[in-house]
Formats: sequence, C-alpha cells, structure tokens
Amino acid sequence: MTDVAVPTTSRKDWASDQEVRWCPGCGDYTILSAVQLLLPELGVRRENTVFISGIGCAARLPYYMNTYGMHSIHGRAPAIATGLAVTRPDLDVWVVTGDGDSMSIGGNHLIHALRRNVKLTILMFNNQIYGLTKGQYSPTSEVGKITKSTPFGSLDTPFNPVSLALGAEATFVARTHDLDRKHMIETFRRAHDHPGASFVEVYQNCNVFNDGAFEAITGKEHRADMLIPLEHGQPIRFGADGEHGVASDGQGRLRLVEVADVGEEKLVVHDEQRINPSLAFSLSRLATGPHEPTPIGVFRAVERPDYGSLVDQQLLEAQTRKGPGDLSSLLRSGATWTYD
Amino acid sequence: MTSKTKPGHEPGRVETIDQVVIRFAGDSGDGMQVTGDRFTDESALFGNDLSTLPNYPAEIRAPAGTLAGVSAFQIHISDHEILTPGDAPNVLVAMNPAALRANIDDLPTGGTLVVNVDSFDERALAKAGYETDPLKDSSLSAFRVYEIPMTSLTLESCKPTGAKPRDAERSKNFFALGLLSWLYHRPILDTERWIAQRYARTPIVVQANTLAFRAGYNFGETAEIFESSYEIAPAEHLPGTYTNVTGNTALAWGLLAASQLAKLPLFLGSYPITPASDILHELSKHKNFGVRTLQAEDEIAGIGAALGAAFGGALGVTTTSGPGIDLKAETVGLAVSLELPLLIVDIQRGGPSTGLPTKTEQSDLLHAMFGRHGEAPVPIVAAKTPSHCFDAAIEAARIALKYRTPVYLLSDGYLANGSEPWRLPDVESLPDISVEFATEPNATDAAGQPAFWPYVRDPESLARPWAIPGTPGLEHRIGGLEKQDGIGTVSYEPANHETMVQIRAAKIAGIAKDLPAVEADDPSGNARVLLLGWGSTYAAITAGVKRVRKLGKPVAQVHLVHLNPFPPNLGEVLRSYEAVLVPESNLGHLTRLVRSDFLVDAKVLSRVQGSPFRVGEVEQAILQEIERLEESAP
Repeated sequence: MTDVAVPTTSRKDWASDQEVRWCPGCGDYTILSAVQLLLPELGVRRENTVFISGIGCAARLPYYMNTYGMHSIHGRAPAIATGLAVTRPDLDVWVVTGDGDSMSIGGNHLIHALRRNVKLTILMFNNQIYGLTKGQYSPTSEVGKITKSTPFGSLDTPFNPVSLALGAEATFVARTHDLDRKHMIETFRRAHDHPGASFVEVYQNCNVFNDGAFEAITGKEHRADMLIPLEHGQPIRFGADGEHGVASDGQGRLRLVEVADVGEEKLVVHDEQRINPSLAFSLSRLATGPHEPTPIGVFRAVERPDYGSLVDQQLLEAQTRKGPGDLSSLLRSGATWTYD
Repeated sequence: MTSKTKPGHEPGRVETIDQVVIRFAGDSGDGMQVTGDRFTDESALFGNDLSTLPNYPAEIRAPAGTLAGVSAFQIHISDHEILTPGDAPNVLVAMNPAALRANIDDLPTGGTLVVNVDSFDERALAKAGYETDPLKDSSLSAFRVYEIPMTSLTLESCKPTGAKPRDAERSKNFFALGLLSWLYHRPILDTERWIAQRYARTPIVVQANTLAFRAGYNFGETAEIFESSYEIAPAEHLPGTYTNVTGNTALAWGLLAASQLAKLPLFLGSYPITPASDILHELSKHKNFGVRTLQAEDEIAGIGAALGAAFGGALGVTTTSGPGIDLKAETVGLAVSLELPLLIVDIQRGGPSTGLPTKTEQSDLLHAMFGRHGEAPVPIVAAKTPSHCFDAAIEAARIALKYRTPVYLLSDGYLANGSEPWRLPDVESLPDISVEFATEPNATDAAGQPAFWPYVRDPESLARPWAIPGTPGLEHRIGGLEKQDGIGTVSYEPANHETMVQIRAAKIAGIAKDLPAVEADDPSGNARVLLLGWGSTYAAITAGVKRVRKLGKPVAQVHLVHLNPFPPNLGEVLRSYEAVLVPESNLGHLTRLVRSDFLVDAKVLSRVQGSPFRVGEVEQAILQEIERLEESAP
C-alpha cells in the first residue's frame, strides 16, 4: 500500500510509555510480550495498527501498545472494531478481550463479527474468572466453581470458546496458552495473516483469583501428555515420543488412543482447511476442561471473502453502474415540478 | 371548506373550493397507503400545497376486517399555504365497515362519506362490531353518504384481463383513487405512468390497476351520484423546483449531503426499528455515494460500529427509535468521553417500552438531554417539518464534526412518514462543514521530542484534535476511563476529573456562541403570550397562531431547532413575555428545561395520543391564555 519500505522496528518501538499495571505474575504479561515481539516481524506499520478492547483485565492491553488504540465499553469491542475495519480496510485491527467480555456481556457481538468474517484479529484471554471485579465465576468457569458470587458452587454449564467460535461460522479458530511464548507468537502470526476474522483462545492464568486453572495441562511437566498440538496435514499425536494419538471411533466421535495399539494409519490427519467444520468441532470437544488432553494450535483456517471487501465491492459496482453520487440529481429523483 | 359554484360545466356542476381534507381508510391489506401516496403526488404535481398523515397499525396484517387492522392516510390539499394534515377530514373514504367504525367519529357533521357498499355484508359488519348495518339505520344521517359498489365495479372493469376475481378485487383501491381523482380534478396521467412502472413485472396487475383506476374516474363522471365535483386552484409558491418528500427520506438525503459537504465517507450502523427503518432502506440504495450501511446484530452494535467508523475518520451515524435509544445510551457516553463526532438519530414514537411503535410522540427529549450516567452533555438538534429533516441532518453533522461530540438528532413518527412539498435547495448554497484531521504533533514530551496529545484543545471551540489511525507519529490511545487534561493518559486524579467534567460541559455550552439568536415571530409587537415549541408541533402551533392573529389577537411564536444548548438569547426572549405556552407531545419536557434554565413560568399544553396536535386545540389554548391575562391585568 506504500512505496516506502516499512521501517525496521524492535519490541520497544511497539511498547507505549505507560506503566503496565496488571498484578505481578499475571499471564497477561507474557501475552503482551508475545504480541510486542511478533509485531516487528509482521512488516506492518505502527500507525496502521489499532488495538480495540472492551472492559476487563485483558482490555487494558491497548494502553501498553504504541499504536492507535481504544479501550471501549464492556463487550462491545467487536462491534466498534467492525465499524473501523469496514471503513478502513488499510488498517490492521486487533481486538483484545476476555472470557467475561466476549463470552458473556459481548457474546452477541463476537458471534456476529465471526459470522460476517470481518477482517479482525481477536485475541480472547480466557482465565475462567472475572478478575477486574475481583473474582466472580465467568461463562467459561467449570460447573461447581466456588466464588464470591457462587459460595455454594456455580450451576451453569460453561461455554467451550473454540466450539462457540466454530458454531458461529468463524473462518479461523485457534487455541494457545500463556506459558508458551513461541506457540503464542506463531498462533498470533497465523491469526494476523488470516484474511478475515480470526479467533484465538489464549489460556491465561489469573494468579490472584483462579491460580493454576490450566496448570494440569500447561505446566511444563504435563504439557507433553496433556496438550495435543494440531498440525495441518499431520496425524494427530502427542506425548513425549508421540505415543498417544487421536482416532475416530467409527461412530463420528474422536477418541484418544495409544498409537502402538491402533497403528499410525488409524490416526486422524488434521485438516484445518476442511470447509465442513465437523472435524474441527470434534477436536474442540475432545477435552471437557483443562484437566484432560486438550488440542492446541489452529483448529480451522478456511478462506471466505471478508465482509469489508464485499461491502467495498458493492460500492464499486454501484459507482460503476450509476456513476459517483450526485446530490442535485438525487434531490430531483422523484416527481418534481417547477414554478417560475 | 368554503366553496363557490361555477355553473355551466358539463356533465356536472363544478365547485371551486380553497381546501379539503380527505381520509382514505381501509383494511391493512387494502392498499390505503399506496392510494394516499398517489393522491398526494397527483396533488403535488397539480400545484396544491399539501400535508399528509399516514396512520397504520403496528401489525403487518392484523386480522382482516377488524378494527385493529384499519390503515388510514389523511391528506390536506389547498390553494394556499398550509402546515398541517388537517384536524378532521371533510371527506372519509371507508373501504369496509371496520374502517368506517374506526374513523367516523372524526368526521364532522355534514362531512362527505364515501363507502364501498359491497363490503358491508353481515360477516364484515360483525367483525367491525356493528350489530346493525349503519348504512341501513339512521346513524349516518348527519353525513352526506355515497354508497358505491366499488368491489363489484372493480371486478367488472377487470374482466378483460382474465384475472381471477380474488386477484382483481385487490385493484379496488385504484377504483377509489380514480373516483376521488375525478371528484377533485386531479391529473391522472402520472398515476397511470406510475402504475405501469411500479407493477411492470406483472403486466396483468398493470392492466387490472389501470382499468380499475379509469373505471373509478369514469364512474364519477358518468354516474351523476355526486352533485358536483371540486376544483382547488394551485397554491402560490416561491419560484423554484419542488418535490414531495417524507421526513425519513429528507433525513437520509440530509445525511448524504452532510457526507459530501464534510468530504467524509458516510457510515450508518443501524438495527431495523419502526419508524426509523426507512432511513436505513433509503441510504442502502445509494451506495454510489460511498455510503456504507451495516444492518447490525443489535442496537448497541449499530452505534458501536458507527463510533468505530468515526474513530477511523468517517461520518458515523446510527438511526433508531425509543427502545433503541435506551440501548445505545452507554455508547453515547463513551462517545462523550472519546470526544469523537457521532450522530444519533432518534425517530421518536410512543413509549414507554414498545409503546406505540407506529404512532408519533415527542417524549425522548429528556432522555437525549440526560439519559446517561455521569456528567455527559450531548448537543440536541430537532427537525420541525418533513423537509426540514434535510437541514437538521446537516446542522447536526456540522456540530458533531466541529465540536467532536455525539449529537442527538430528533425527529418523530409524524415527520418521518408525513410528507410535504419541498422547494429544493441549490446544492451549491449548502454550507461547507468540512473539518481537518490532525497531521502533526502538538506537544513536546519529557525528553523534548515532538509528541501527540489527544486532549489538547482548540481554544475557541474546545474541540480536541481528530487524529485518525494511519497518521504516522500521532499514535494514541483513547477510552472510557477518565483522561488527563491535555496529554490524554488515564488519570484517576480527583482535581483533573473535575477539570475534565467542567471542560466537557463548557464545550457543549459554548456551542451556543455558534447558534443564531432567537427572534420571536411577533408581527404586532404587542403580544403578551409566547408560544414556544420544538419538533413536529411546528405545523399545528404555527397554524394555531395564524388563526388567533386572524381573530385580531396578537400572539408570538418561537420554534426551537437547537435544544442543547439553547440559542444564546432564549432566556431573554422568554422573559419578555407575560406567559409562555409550550405545546408538546409529552408531559412537558421542554417546559421543564426552560423553567429550570430560565426561571420562567412556562406552561405545558400536552397531547400524548399518538397523533399530532390539532390546530383547534392549540388555537383554543392560546385564546384561553390570552383571556386569562386580560382578566387578571387587562
């Protein structure tokens, strides 16, 4: 879009002068650093980059980026970002949100941004708790969660954010976690490069109100056996020596298997580009929570025209057909009469 | 309706009258709105002045033949300038018993009643709640009743088309239109052209409607049922080109104009809602103007997307009605904090809650004024007539852009769907409302480097710079958290918060310097009573004031377009009259505002019946007020 080469930048060029004010030890720090490390590698300009957030701990991130940014209102970031992305296709628009912001108060905007395939990169920090309001259960909290607002345990079934995004016709859906910077960076890069709406669930530790929520699967010593890395075109296997795998049970369900028992040829080969979302959806249902082997990586990455470019195409067609808008003719487009 | 007879015209007598009010009423499926629209266009082309009032149920197809399903269209045409659709019809066209029952109380003694007698069967009468046929008892003896078998005459006329009777029957509204077109000497060629275009895809419908229309016209001419037909001379008009326009169309065109005058792309984020949806429809048609319309997932997303577009440098607009306004309040507050231009268009309807979706009311003024948490002032502009919606849209955009603020633009259901002839403005004469984006740093940081501070203000307007993404060197963050004056970083500092609250209030109050002073319309200079109004009451108030003056009694009038801030001298003007009377379609919104702002003893004249004020009501209230003053201190 410009003749001048994008200047080389480093992480510090992308950091604003504002003091970062998350609780010490919060997972948000490593996510912020992954974002700031990635941006210099993307060949994009600071002035063309916009971070839009709603309300919550995650939503403070735009203040820490030396880009354009808006810290808006609870749940509405995808709607606000839609207006910006549709009118300014030249910009890179990121949405930073949390599980309360995007799955609860802003659930409607999230699913519609995904359905429309607006050119947005949506990072959803999932810590399964309300942090900024000091520890109430969230729509991703496990059933029975004891919090200040649920002293006898929460009663409602949580959302599975990856399943929700897939059900909302998302074209790009991925999951990563805050203890693996490299995986975050690569996942965010894929999300950014996707030509449409991309949704990334980031398992994020809230060390104050929900410490260790993902420890059972993201802890260094558990990862090999509890995280199932998804790689396009590869049989899905995990474990220190790739000894575990995912196979179909022949009834339309996926199950965990030992590769030695079933043979590698029985393993499901991951296909993130499959238009039919049922494989991606089945993968999203493998684990019932972050205490069982859980897939991470890109579940789905399919191409569909993004909403903004379809809008622009209609404008162009109208201008080609009717010529640019002429106000004087418009006012005279109905029946008119003249008095001298 | 005054008339004088012109003898010697064949075949019937022709009378010349100066005005008439006609109401077409039928079932929702009878096409009464189309009939009214066509009669309006015929009259506009003929050169009469006119004003219209559609009145339709909230249900799309309420059970046929019931009172709930009655749809009506009233039109007032005249040979002189008129302002309102008329207090009561002189002529009522009733297509079925329900339409008769729902409207007959409005027809004054001696009024003309044209009924489709074919529809008065036992079943239809029962559905309308008639125990006996009103055409057969004496209940309609006060009116001049014309019983016309419109259905059977329509069927007969459509025979050549081969259309099934059920289909052909649907053309009976065009029979009625033809009949009334003959009765009032309307030009008919344009309607025939319109039918041919409108139904071009189904030639049999073109044929049936055209035949029914001609049959109605010819029936009037040959049947000699009517004692006379009527002529209404064209009104005198200022020279110029005119078109007939509804408020919603004028408002949509005003937004397109504002976009061109501001040299900014228009973005509309909107959720369908009665009676505002037609603005979304109209703008969606004109993509060649570069307008992007988003039918959002909800009201909140509609305004959110408009605000996002404004951040990116577009003219962001959202359109809605009462329930939507409630939902948008939080985002309006965010826009106040962000200080970005944004238009919130509210086509007011009866409330609370779902209220009366298709009926008019002016009861959102105090919401627009105060309906946000915190100190969150928002300018308010209100349109006063259908065509004025065009100017009001441009003015609202001008304020929003210049002062970087959300602006409420208030219209209502009456303006939205009502129409009037509009003398088209010369596009070249419209104001330039363009503003400049920030392109350069405006401050120096601690290290002595050039910096951009988003809350450094223009000393005159107090507006902050509009620096849009894509501008190198001006990267900045804004948000709903309180900001430090100038530098614009997050600040929880108590004194700074008060400073910012005061600045935001002063910025909006300061817009008054930019508004024309109010001048009371008081031709004699002797008036003791001032009529103060806003919005769509303009028509009824102005007509009421004229009637009182005709009686030789002086009365003054002020009609406000700017409701926040008020024009700079409003208090002075109000205090110079002994009595201030405020007709409002609410319980006293403007009344409360002027009482609290200016300590004047303004009195409200309320009407909250979902329909505009009647001129007679306003006239009586003015006369009472004048009399009260005369009695207390002549």
